[in-house]
Amino acid sequence: MYRYDERDHTIIQERVAQFRSQTERYLAGELSEEQFLPLRLQNGLYIQRLAPMLRIAVPYGLLNSAQLRRLARISRDFDKGYAHFTTRQNLQFNWPQLEDVPDILAELAEVEMHAVQTSGNCIRNTTSDPFAGVARDEIADPRPYCELIRQWSTFHPEFAFLPRKFKIAVSGSEADRAAIRVHDIGVQIVRRGDEIGFQVLVGGGQGRTPVIAEQIRDFLPEEDLLSYLEAIVRVYNQLGRRDNKYKARIKILVKALGAEEFGRRVEREWEQIKDGADKLTDEALAWAKSFFTAPEYKTFDGAASDTALRAQADDDKAFSRWLERNSFPHRVPGYRAITLSTKPTGVPPGDVTDRQLEAIADLADEYSFGEVRVTHEQNVVLADVPQDRLLELWQAARKHGFATPNIGTLTDMICCPGGDYCSLANAKSIPVAEAIQRRFDDLDYLYDLGDLDLNISGCMNACGHHHVGHIGILGVDKKGEEFYQVQLGGSSSENASLAKVLGPSFSRAEVTEVIGKILDIYLEQRRPEEPFIDTYNRIGLQPFKEKVYAKAS
Amino acid sequence: MPKPASSGKAGPQPANPAQLILDGRIAANEWRLLPQTDEEAGITAESLAPGKVILPYSLWQPLRSALAPRKAEIGVWLDSDETADLIGKNAGELPLIAVHFPAFADGRGFTTARLLRERYGYQGELRAVGAFMRDQLTYLRRCGFNAFAYEGEQPLSGLLESLNDFSESYQAAVDQPQPLFRRRGLV
Ligand code: HEM
Ligand code: SF4
Repeated sequence: MYRYDERDHTIIQERVAQFRSQTERYLAGELSEEQFLPLRLQNGLYIQRLAPMLRIAVPYGLLNSAQLRRLARISRDFDKGYAHFTTRQNLQFNWPQLEDVPDILAELAEVEMHAVQTSGNCIRNTTSDPFAGVARDEIADPRPYCELIRQWSTFHPEFAFLPRKFKIAVSGSEADRAAIRVHDIGVQIVRRGDEIGFQVLVGGGQGRTPVIAEQIRDFLPEEDLLSYLEAIVRVYNQLGRRDNKYKARIKILVKALGAEEFGRRVEREWEQIKDGADKLTDEALAWAKSFFTAPEYKTFDGAASDTALRAQADDDKAFSRWLERNSFPHRVPGYRAITLSTKPTGVPPGDVTDRQLEAIADLADEYSFGEVRVTHEQNVVLADVPQDRLLELWQAARKHGFATPNIGTLTDMICCPGGDYCSLANAKSIPVAEAIQRRFDDLDYLYDLGDLDLNISGCMNACGHHHVGHIGILGVDKKGEEFYQVQLGGSSSENASLAKVLGPSFSRAEVTEVIGKILDIYLEQRRPEEPFIDTYNRIGLQPFKEKVYAKAS
Repeated sequence: MPKPASSGKAGPQPANPAQLILDGRIAANEWRLLPQTDEEAGITAESLAPGKVILPYSLWQPLRSALAPRKAEIGVWLDSDETADLIGKNAGELPLIAVHFPAFADGRGFTTARLLRERYGYQGELRAVGAFMRDQLTYLRRCGFNAFAYEGEQPLSGLLESLNDFSESYQAAVDQPQPLFRRRGLV
């Protein structure tokens, strides 16, 4: 994990002091609401329905146990004892007092954390694969590059007032677990011969106009990462629309120019700066990589460890289910990565209490070298658990409510805060998530359905990723009443696609039944072992539509 | 081609306060800035009053050669949709270039300034004009501005502090041409 040196500490502490002065000037009436807005947003501070909301940056989702414990303490001292993991691998507090925010930031700075650029029209926290560094299909660990991007983008003087927010994601594996195709810039690590480099995609995003990113460069050498990003953002800063907030994202610019022409402009800009100071030196690359070396793994006989684990699983059905759904293969023999589910029925997805944050810290210390990763599905990963301790971990995780064996299934849904917290919402989303979880809580049924992404947003801003859910649910407003539009066929994977609207929207009471009908069609039509998304891609929207909108006879 | 937000005559125009911040100190403003209005549009090299004057780019461009004898007292201001390459290599002949921020959220001027300094080697006074705010001063300075014609309500003395909100930075810019990753380990 990256460790701050004195200069990082200086920068973050100067930020705390700066924000303290800004908050004081605002409270004293010296800064107008309008002027304070971008300042607080660049510090993750929204004013929401019930209270301010503070978004804390978790660079590429990585947290250590000391940070988790500090977050727990902050949630207790300054909030109502809750925190929320977000779809951009960050963490949010829903009830802080504006006056307290500078103190919260000071507390965070002590554990090398901050809220820098978690909102506002600047380069946001870079996101990545929660299995970075451990996945078997990894080409290279994305985290050193993410950290270099974090440093390059933090208080970038040229890009703090872009036309719109700007999000970058990096994937180190061919299987895309970082949703890079729905980011403003998606960076895919690739290997050509002995050389590591990047495929660069631009112009993806969700919101009210969802777009899948397009490739503008097939292979960018490793040392050119930052200068190339600088060229892209510079072109965007100069040409991006500023007359209409809904047309200001880079995706609109890329569409207007065409990806080819946009790419040509980037290349022209990059030619001029590629050999400048941003070129990553061998020392810089080695330095960044030195923070993400393997922990001190024990040596296991992989086959023997697998056999022993299988025997334990055979003895206990519940344990075996959990292993099947919540564990992920590890590149080191005898280890697994474990996902702690924040999605038991009845708890808003991503919500955890202060005690649970502490429990996660304890589990991380006890089982996984003191570190965790936040996933964009709003869960938490312990990346390095020895297989011979999984049974014990499972029992401990169960005690704290993290062992729901539903990862990747229908009930492991992404869900935005919706109308319960968010002032932009058209409809509530948490009760919809809960109703679906209650209705489909039979594990055998869930496992039979297999991998299924269900994503819920309370409005077209798409915080809940409904555009890229295999099944997406979107809250809409009809004459002041809450309705829900259902969409099918989205995906945020390497085969990314945007969901299509099924048809007219439904009342909240109807939603679960509609989901049931959709699942019925899938079960009827699927070929053996065929996942939902493949069946959908094969048969299309029509059969689902017919069943769902069939007149009762 | 996407259209940048239209500016020009209809949009907000920069003011020309009596005092400004220049090279880290409060100083009297010796320049007269002409807005981009219909009245100014009729100006010719002959009718331009003597003294130090900052012309809108659209006015300066056609008058450039006619005004060559007065070079030392002719500055230019760029609106936020006018990119640095419009002046480009001619920057060297100007004693002052101003960049307009029609709204503080319009961040195009940051790029314009960096390019004037880093790409076109501009050495003269680079002045931020328009609606920028105090909390942007560090960023503006880092992008190469050394003069700030602030229009807001706060006293200039208070602004001086904000020029150096940060003593250290991660990335390369005009004030610090080496990113931190190249400086780490050296002292
Ligand atoms: C409760 C306060 C929140 C507010 C006011 C808010 C506001 C917004 C807005 C206005 C957008 C639209 C951006 C656009 O049009 O491009 C957006 C997008 C988004 N938000 Fe939120 N949001 C909130 C909470 C969250 C939370 C809790 C999450 C994560 C669980 C989240 C994750 C996202 C994501 C991933 C996007 C889509 C980004 C894209 O377009 O690529 N937001 N949000
Ligand atoms: S999708 Fe809409 S309702 Fe949900 S959090 Fe985002 S802005 Fe709020």
